[in-house]
Amino acid sequence: MALSREQIAQRVAQELQDGYYVNLGIGIPTLVANYVPAGIEVMLQSENGLLGMGLFPTEDEVDADLINAGKQTVTMAAGASLFDSAESFAMIRGGHVDLTVLGAFEVDVEGNIASYMIPGKLIKGMGGAMDLVAGADNIIVTMTHASKHGVSKLLNQCTLPLTGKGCIKKVLTDLAFIEIKNGKFHLLERAPGVSVDEIVKLTEGELVVNGDVPEMTF
Amino acid sequence: MAGFNKVVNSYQEALAGLEDNMTLIVGGFGLCGNPENLIKEIKRIGTTGLTVVSNNCGTTEHGLGILLFDKQIKKMVASYVGENDNFEQQMMSGELDVELTPQGTLAEKMRAGGAGIPAFYTATGYGTPVAEGKEVREFNGKKYILEESVTGDFALVKAYKADTFGNLVFRKTARNFNPLAATAGKITVVEVEHIVEPGELDPDEIHLSGIYVDRLIKGNFEKVIEQRTITEAKNPKQGA
Repeated sequence: MALSREQIAQRVAQELQDGYYVNLGIGIPTLVANYVPAGIEVMLQSENGLLGMGLFPTEDEVDADLINAGKQTVTMAAGASLFDSAESFAMIRGGHVDLTVLGAFEVDVEGNIASYMIPGKLIKGMGGAMDLVAGADNIIVTMTHASKHGVSKLLNQCTLPLTGKGCIKKVLTDLAFIEIKNGKFHLLERAPGVSVDEIVKLTEGELVVNGDVPEMTF
Repeated sequence: MAGFNKVVNSYQEALAGLEDNMTLIVGGFGLCGNPENLIKEIKRIGTTGLTVVSNNCGTTEHGLGILLFDKQIKKMVASYVGENDNFEQQMMSGELDVELTPQGTLAEKMRAGGAGIPAFYTATGYGTPVAEGKEVREFNGKKYILEESVTGDFALVKAYKADTFGNLVFRKTARNFNPLAATAGKITVVEVEHIVEPGELDPDEIHLSGIYVDRLIKGNFEKVIEQRTITEAKNPKQGA
């Protein structure tokens, strides 16, 4: 079975380490915050100028001056700090954020990522995504492995305008956990009940499969 | 003698000298920390041909988005322009020129512009459409592109509190691009919720020095929320 959005978030959360500063993109990445493993402390960075993002507010706590990068009302966790946008991206570009999780339309075997624009269809802008992929070393891309029509999104070469070049090393899809190195995809884990063959069939770029590929555990 | 007193009493006075075809640097992230009354005043006076540099262009009904109804904006430099029907229409029809700029690069362009630095190298955007026509240079084995800074004829800024000298305090994430925009305007106009006398702000709590501020006005703010996300309050009977 392909992973649900929640399961993708849950598997990403297993990559969190105690003391990590983490930036979570909009969509599935945001859900990762719900699955922080017990006994681990992480601090969430929101690129509009908040480190130490808390839960959504109660009705009484709602504050128009306190939002996240998705423009949702939020609260601050204990130990939070506030800063301007230049400072926020100094943290990101300067490599001070330990883990970045973001979505994508396509990735390819060279570690290129396309996530912000579909010419003629979707032109909303890159927001902070280009800075995040250029500045972070440890990035996990979450995405669906293929379109509804079975067209692979893990390609030899991205077809859409790039968000970043050669910057992606890890991809978690609804079918597989994949590493990108030496111009190839490498299958690390598969979703429970999903066969290696199925993954190979839906991966356009070259996929290296070494021995028995373990199933993800939750 | 006004001395360092920056306070003006009308929006007309606040935007005196604003002309067609000028460049505006505008603070705010989405509708958070928008100089909403200054934007409304620009709609009222009907200035056109504007180049606006701001992270977003408001929504269809609020913020900078309201300047699109009468096609007052000629060019928009922004990182994210969703949530706005008029924007998409005018961009598709070619009436509105759009320069999509990565968010961190946009912030740094304002910061550098205000600090007298004409350009800087960043890895952001290398190998993407953003890099087209820009110089590429390698430092320590990594590729960077040259981005030019920005300044504006006017900067429009929203702060929480100021003293009459224009020393500013921002509030929570309404800070965002505001202090950066404030440094990058030839004329910087700030609207605030509270104005106090010099000496009433602790100098240590001031986020931006009044040296960057030319005009200051006290406003009333609507503070529209784009995504009102709520956690249900815990029922105390259920315990922890």
